[in-house]
Amino acid sequence: MTLALKNVVRRAGGQTHIHETSIALESRGFNVLLGTTLAGKTTLMQLMAGLVPPSSGEIGFDGRNVTGVPVQKRNVAMVFQQFINYPNLSVYENIASPLRVARLRDATVAERVARIAELLQLTPFLERRPAELSGGQQQRTALARALVKDADLVLLDEPLANLDYKLREGLREELPRLFADRSSTVVYATTEPAEALLLGGHTATVHEGRITQYGPNGTVYRHPVDLTTAQVFSDPPINTAEVVKRGDTIRLSERVSWTAAGSLRALPDGAYTIGLRPHHVLPATGRGGVQVDCTVLIAEISGSESVVHFDLGGLTWVSLSPGVHTFKVGETARFELDVASCLYFGPDGARVAA
Amino acid sequence: MARIRIEHLRHSYVPRPAREADWALKEVDLEWADGGAYALLGPSGCGKTTLLNIVSGLLRPTAGRIFFGDADVTASPPGERNIAQVFQFPVVYDTMTVYDNLAFPLRNRGVPEARVDPRVREIAALLDLAAMLPQRAAGLTADGKQKISLGRGLVRSDVNVIMFDEPLTVIDPHLKWRLRSKLKELHQRIGITMIYVTHDQTEAMTFADQVVVMHEGTVVQVGTPVELFERPRHTFVGHFIGSPGMNILPCRLENGVARFAGVAIPTANATTKTPNGARTEIGVRPEFVRFASAGIPVRVAAVSDAGRHQIVETRHGDTVIRLLLDERDQVPTVAAHVSFDTAFTRLYVDGWLAG
Repeated sequence: MTLALKNVVRRAGGQTHIHETSIALESRGFNVLLGTTLAGKTTLMQLMAGLVPPSSGEIGFDGRNVTGVPVQKRNVAMVFQQFINYPNLSVYENIASPLRVARLRDATVAERVARIAELLQLTPFLERRPAELSGGQQQRTALARALVKDADLVLLDEPLANLDYKLREGLREELPRLFADRSSTVVYATTEPAEALLLGGHTATVHEGRITQYGPNGTVYRHPVDLTTAQVFSDPPINTAEVVKRGDTIRLSERVSWTAAGSLRALPDGAYTIGLRPHHVLPATGRGGVQVDCTVLIAEISGSESVVHFDLGGLTWVSLSPGVHTFKVGETARFELDVASCLYFGPDGARVAA
Repeated sequence: MARIRIEHLRHSYVPRPAREADWALKEVDLEWADGGAYALLGPSGCGKTTLLNIVSGLLRPTAGRIFFGDADVTASPPGERNIAQVFQFPVVYDTMTVYDNLAFPLRNRGVPEARVDPRVREIAALLDLAAMLPQRAAGLTADGKQKISLGRGLVRSDVNVIMFDEPLTVIDPHLKWRLRSKLKELHQRIGITMIYVTHDQTEAMTFADQVVVMHEGTVVQVGTPVELFERPRHTFVGHFIGSPGMNILPCRLENGVARFAGVAIPTANATTKTPNGARTEIGVRPEFVRFASAGIPVRVAAVSDAGRHQIVETRHGDTVIRLLLDERDQVPTVAAHVSFDTAFTRLYVDGWLAG
């Protein structure tokens, strides 16, 4: 199924929730809406589902205008962060309910329920009622019910947000596989950049009611069109700083500068903003990059990685490096900036050069 | 302030526990030093919240004792334990200003206003709430309210311990980084014992000096983040900590040498005696696996882009072996070999680190 939003605007209560948006989603694919809470992800999904009408613009399924068609008449499955189950039905019947509505044969129902229950680790609980399950198990039951039917459009609004870390890790791997051999178009909203990357497929970055970019997620991540997109798609947050280009020199501060390379040289002289992700800022080993001496603010070790927050001329920057590097708060330490990985943005926020 | 000691603690929600499975906490012995930063980490149902509720006095344990310093507090109600708690969802008085919310725990204890004011301003400054002090709490966003909750937990300087129950679950990732580092900074500044309950390994590992890993009602390992990462005592710890978790490969022992797929795998530890029928496994984290010209033959099954690195899933038969590559590295297209860094390759017998 192809889903397209054409010049869609959504206003409610005197506020614009979605500014004019046009997007054609990858059909039969996994599409991620990535953005912070209140960015507009849920409103976009409600528009796609037909739960709320656009104030102007058009929504098309397979080229058909469905703008006025209510949610019941669109073949849509939805899972929202707050799950709902039928309290008086067993877990099995909860999952089977959309298939019963579709009047499928018992054998087909049994097979489909068994498969999805296994995937979501619900097999031991099929005979129980929702109230006898833990919160996580209840959420997985609701997720199973949405996934068990073959909907044209599957909308998943932060469906893993309340689940345990390890369970999320497993489901994040399994979900795209589950849809790989189906014709459903999936839209998945998350606040987490790492989740967007690992789910594969395409990502639309959403910020303050606008989709800032849409494309294959590796492309959006590595080649953001503007600073906002880069910020939305970075965890830990991307480091930023104002720089001045003059001739072949990019200058961040009196003591920190480097030589412009490649297509950067063609940029007009002037002020720019750079973005450099924390894993491109490492404790200095002398291997290369621009060396900076800074005061350590906070040092965290996660076991496999070290995170150091430091003061770079009044800015708080973050370094993320593999392995264990111990630093004392307040000490001066040397870091190296992999400036070849810097993203450059113009005064309007749009990315310039490579 | 006090050292906290937990002795032979057992708890069951069943009136007459008979089977092992009836115990939510099977046998817990722990000691928390005064002023330390600790995390209780485990999946839901592991017993971490039960343990937290017993320490705070909301639950009376079925067996065992708890000491704050030398005082046995097992039977003391929460009010007498002098504890501050921060919960998953914000606990804030909407009709009060941010200032009054922060001052509440102090005023409630009869602290004179002359001492309330500087403390409220100090905590507000640390949490970047200073500019909002005169505002009503009602108008704030969810994470603004959670910051007030944190502030209310931190404002009293006379508590024995501050306990956090999944305090950042509802917070957006961008802000999570900030708040986590704030908490760490606050801990370094105020030096009160903090216990942080979470299922999120990143939160536990970055916050705590010592992490208590729980699984099915028992403590499987207490250690620094580095110890848990480099030397998991149990395959559960190896799996639960790290993303992706540790690779666990079934192996056979021949003359004390582990073999997998007919290949001898040198390990950092060894065992002399293995009970008959024991399950023997090799544990090695994806960080310590690399492609090599010789070793275990594998095929590349999947590659995921995790941004700063690629997660490569390889398979030998049914056994999955994952490894990490730099984002710029080339992944072999089909068949390849993998080898392990011996210093971080360990032998496990029945799930536990051998030797």
